[in-house]
Amino acid sequence: MSAIHLHYEVSGDDFTRAGEASGSVKKRLKSLGFDPDAIRRVAIAMYEAEINMVIHAEGGYCDVDIYPDKVEILLADKGPGIPDVDKAMQEGFSTAPDNVRNLGFGAGMGLPNIKKYTDEMRIETTIGVGTNLYLTVNVNNN
Amino acid sequence: MSTYFHSVELEVDKCCGCTNCLKRCPTEAIRIREGKAHILSERCIDCGECIRVCPHHAKKAHSAELEDIKKFKYNVAIPAPALYGQFNNLDNVNIALTGLKAIGFDEVFEVSRAAELVSEATRKLIKAGKVEKPVISSACPAVVRLIKIRFPELCSNVLPLLAPIEVAAKTARKEAIERTGLKSEDIGVFFITPCPAKVTEIHTPNSVEKSACNGAIGISRIYPELTKAMDHLEHIESLSRSGLIGIGWATSGGESAGILRDKYLAADGIENVIRILEELEDEHIRDVDFVELNACSGGCVGGVLTVENPYVAQARIQKLRKYLPVTMNHLENDDMDNMNWENELQFDADIFRLSDDIFKAMEMMDKMENICKDLPGLDCGSCGSPTCRAMAEDIVKGNAKETDCIHKLKAQIQKVYDQLKDTL
Repeated sequence: MSAIHLHYEVSGDDFTRAGEASGSVKKRLKSLGFDPDAIRRVAIAMYEAEINMVIHAEGGYCDVDIYPDKVEILLADKGPGIPDVDKAMQEGFSTAPDNVRNLGFGAGMGLPNIKKYTDEMRIETTIGVGTNLYLTVNVNNN
Repeated sequence: MSTYFHSVELEVDKCCGCTNCLKRCPTEAIRIREGKAHILSERCIDCGECIRVCPHHAKKAHSAELEDIKKFKYNVAIPAPALYGQFNNLDNVNIALTGLKAIGFDEVFEVSRAAELVSEATRKLIKAGKVEKPVISSACPAVVRLIKIRFPELCSNVLPLLAPIEVAAKTARKEAIERTGLKSEDIGVFFITPCPAKVTEIHTPNSVEKSACNGAIGISRIYPELTKAMDHLEHIESLSRSGLIGIGWATSGGESAGILRDKYLAADGIENVIRILEELEDEHIRDVDFVELNACSGGCVGGVLTVENPYVAQARIQKLRKYLPVTMNHLENDDMDNMNWENELQFDADIFRLSDDIFKAMEMMDKMENICKDLPGLDCGSCGSPTCRAMAEDIVKGNAKETDCIHKLKAQIQKVYDQLKDTL
């Protein structure tokens, strides 16, 4: 069968709402009976990406396609873009402002964590235009 | 699917089919069908929320009665420490304990004594790093059952030690056998319980084959007799052997305090508990060694079988604990071996998944998403399902139809009316 397609708008100005999309996807994957470890990886990676959109890009949208053997996620924003992707991938590197760090975010673990929990990760970014983050988590549903 | 025992029951005559319990059930385990509430047995965790919110008192907790002790030659009451917070001006725990003997029990054994042993064993386990951190308390059976049906990734974080009630029941039974020379089957051990989840736990335990308890009697059920007996005691026996750690278990944060570490978190109230479990699962909560979770607001003093406001009870317990030693019970010899779970906590995958065939489940979810788009999204509960999404799920499972939605039905009637009007 074809994929189950889900679409979410990610609000840009509210930390407390970050995690709504990943929470909703998690709930759906649980009712599908997906492998718990894969669900956890999807939820963590998506949440980190949602937080990134809130901190850096004033929100955007998120498209999720659920297949029987994988979950594909696109997180798209119209933010400032990432000037140096390699640097952004380094653990501990962060451009998050102080007010965000005071909340416990912006530790520079966002992108590294996303990479750690996903099987594929691709970044398309253009300065001043925005960033598309493509993620794939393979699922072994036995 | 196996059948589940539940202590939460519906009194059909009193139920008027309103949506109070439907909307508040944390596991979406209630449906209203043909004007009456129905509990989806496999989803119910016996948290007691429906009992708390039902304005018609149509939900009740099935618990044992004082009469039941007549079946045994010798009876031991094992009271929850929450009991001590139920009495006005009680300045000595021994009055309540002697009262229990006055209403028919031969002996009492405080659960708070066992709680102190569980606290010590927990400290040892955490120190030895034997359980995945953060270690989640296993004392509240409603929480343990919730984890078992909804949080597969957290099952291995649950503290694999028996709850104090089970440790107390085992010890009390052993001591009673030694004291009386009677056989185990002649000895009744009854938990004096603040909540229905414990009633269920004794009947169908999560972690042992058979509970050492014969039953649980609700605090509210014996309250009138007990207070009367307490008012007429000739002398007060010195029965209590608990310190402030043990008695502290009655309220949220008490078990954590017994861990004697700073890196803990204590949450109470079922909605808060679910939020914490979600965050633990997503690894948002870090740097915490121990997580105490109580389904009831305020902890066990908030159980639906108590009589006093949980916050008043909490204040009283604080006062009672004030001059007690830190702990009066210590692990000896093989105590710790007797506290281990007999069965590992296994995730029950069947409860919330749509189908055990992933392709079928995906087909069903696809249908659900389409049905959902068409529903009004009011989550009013009038159809008998708690939310529009739950209704969509019920439809794809064949347990509801779209016209159960009064808004959809109204639109259909309007359409027929408009068509008729045009033809006239």
